[in-house]
Amino acid sequence: MTIDITGTTADPPAQGGAGVVLRLRNATLGFAERTLWSGLDLDVAAGEFIAVLGANGSGKTSLLKVILGQQRLLSGEVTFLGEPLARGNRRIGYIPQQKPAGEGTPLRARDLVALGLDGHRWGFPLPSRRRRTDVAAVLDAVGGRPYAKVPISTLSGGEQQRLRVGQALAGGPRLLLCDEPLLSLDLAHQRLVSELIDRHRRERRFGVLFVTHDVNPILGMVDRVLYLAGGRFRIGSPDEVLRSDVLSDLYGSPVDVIRTHGRIVVVGAPDGPHSHPDGLDVLHDAQHEPDHGGPDVTEGATKP
Amino acid sequence: MIETLSTASLRAADASLWSQLFQFENYGELLVLLQNSLLAGAALGIVGGLIGVFVVARDMPFAVHGISELSFAGASAGLLFGFGVVEGSLAGSLIAALLIGILGSRAQDRNSITAVLMPFGLGLGILSLALYSGRSANKFGLLTGQIVAIDDPRLTSLLIISAVILVGLAIVWRPLMFASVDADVAAARGVPVRVLSIIFMLLLGLAVAVSVQIVGALLVLSILVTPAAAALRVSASPVLVPVLSVAFAVVSMVGGMLLALGGSVPISPYVTTISFLIYAACRVVAAVRKRRGRTGRVRERPEAVSGRVAAAPAGR
Repeated sequence: MTIDITGTTADPPAQGGAGVVLRLRNATLGFAERTLWSGLDLDVAAGEFIAVLGANGSGKTSLLKVILGQQRLLSGEVTFLGEPLARGNRRIGYIPQQKPAGEGTPLRARDLVALGLDGHRWGFPLPSRRRRTDVAAVLDAVGGRPYAKVPISTLSGGEQQRLRVGQALAGGPRLLLCDEPLLSLDLAHQRLVSELIDRHRRERRFGVLFVTHDVNPILGMVDRVLYLAGGRFRIGSPDEVLRSDVLSDLYGSPVDVIRTHGRIVVVGAPDGPHSHPDGLDVLHDAQHEPDHGGPDVTEGATKP
Repeated sequence: MIETLSTASLRAADASLWSQLFQFENYGELLVLLQNSLLAGAALGIVGGLIGVFVVARDMPFAVHGISELSFAGASAGLLFGFGVVEGSLAGSLIAALLIGILGSRAQDRNSITAVLMPFGLGLGILSLALYSGRSANKFGLLTGQIVAIDDPRLTSLLIISAVILVGLAIVWRPLMFASVDADVAAARGVPVRVLSIIFMLLLGLAVAVSVQIVGALLVLSILVTPAAAALRVSASPVLVPVLSVAFAVVSMVGGMLLALGGSVPISPYVTTISFLIYAACRVVAAVRKRRGRTGRVRERPEAVSGRVAAAPAGR
C-alpha cells in the first residue's frame, strides 16, 4: 500500500471541526536494544474512537504509557490539549484490563467510582451530598445502580469493567485510554462495555485510544485503526488498514486478512519480532458475532 | 475412692490455673497503677485498627511480621547497649520498613525480602538478649508483651508516635487507599504511588515499634492485622471498615489488659484470644449473611439496563 495512509499527513478527523486532544509528532519509542516504533504521527480528535492493534510486543501498551507520562519517548514529541505531558493527568481516563479484586478490598461499587472523582486528593474523604449525587449519576450512566453497595470483590468481571468506565467518566476526561478492557469478559459484557464507551465518547466528546488484540467487538464503532507491527505502523479507517496487502507489507511477510460473516480474522501474522514457530497466528480470535450493523444487534452468541 | 481423689486434685489444679489466669482481688488499686498501660493500649488499638486496613488492602501481613522482628532486634540492642528500648525498636522497625518498601515493590520480591530479614532480626535480638545481664522479665516482655513496663516518659513517647501516625494517615488516607486498591489507575491519574508507598512503610514502621513494646514482637499481627481482617469480613464500606477495625482493636487491647491485670501471665494471650474470637465471630456473621443471600444487590430487571444501552446507536 502507498505511504499516504500512514497518517504522516494529518488526516482531518472523521468528526470534523472538533479540536485535537492528543498529538504525537515524529514519535519514536524503544529500549536500549530495539525500537518499538518510530516516526509516529497521530492526532486524536475530540470524540474520535481509534483502535490500536498489533502483535504482542509491538508497543501498544507502551504507547499508552507514554501518554500517561510513565515512559519517555526516544525522540519526537507528544502534547495533550496543546501542552506537553506531565506524569499522570486528570483529564486522561484510563481503563485497565479486568483483574479480580481481592477479598480484602474495602471498596463497594460506588466507592470505586468515587475514586475516579476525587481519589487523587489528600485527606480523608468526607461524605457530602454533592459527591453522592455525582457518583450516583455516573453509576446510572453505566448501569451500576443495582449493585452500588456491593463489595467489588464479589462483582463479576463485566460489572467491574462497567464500573471502570464509570470511574473514568467521573474524572471528566478529554481522552480515554483503554488497555484490553474486554479481555476475559463474556460476549454480552464485551458488547455492553464497548457500547458504553462508544456512547459516552459521542455524548461527552472525548477521544478514545483502545488497545485490543481483537478488533471485532468494536469494529463497527471505530473511526480509525492504528496498526503497529515490526517497528512500523499504519493509520486509517478499518477498511484501509485491515487488508491483506497492507498488513503483508507491514509485517514483511504474507498475511491474510479474511472477512467472514462481517468479522475480520488475520491469519499468518508473526507474533511480535520473535516470530511464532508455527507462523500462524489467528490474531483476532474467532469468537465474536458481528455487531457493527447498528442498533439491531441480536442477543446471544451465534457461532459464525 | 481413687476417682474422688483424682477429681479433687483436678479441681485443685483447676483452681490454681484459674487464679494464675484471672485474679480480681484489689482490682481497683491495680487499675490505678496500670492506667499508663491502659492508655497506651487504647492508643495502640486506634493506630493498629486504622493502619491494619491498609496492611490488609495492600496484602502485607507477612511484611508486618518481618518488621516486628527487626523492631525486636532494635529494642533488644537498646536494652543491651542502654540507648533505650523505644529508640531501639523505632530504629529497627523503620530500617526494616524502608528496606522492604524500597526493595520489595512487587509482592513476590517483598515476601522474599521479608523472609530474609526476619530470621536475621530475630537472631540479632536473641544475641542481644543473651548478652544482656539485667532483669529477665524485660527480655521476655519484648517478645510476648509486657503490661507494667510503661512509665510516664515511655507513655509520652508512645502517645507522640501514635499521634504522628494518626496525623500522617489522615493526610494520605484517600490517595493511599486509591494506590492500595487500584495502583494502575491511581498512577494513571497522577497519584504519586511510589512516594505514598514509602510514606506508608514509614508509618507502618512506627506503628510496629509501638506495638512491639506493648504486645511483643511475636504477636504484633493480632493488633495490626486481625481486627482489620475481621472488619473486612463484615463490611466493604471505606468508612465502616476503619471504624469497626478500630473498635475491634481497642476492645482486644483494653479488654485483654483488664483481664490480664491480676494474673501472672503476660497480657498477650488475652489480647490475641479476644482478637481471634472477634475475627471468628465476624466470619460467622459473613457466612450467615451469605447463606441468607444478602449480597447488597438491588433486584433489577436486567433487560431495562441493557436495553437502554443497546438503544444508543452502536455504529455510525
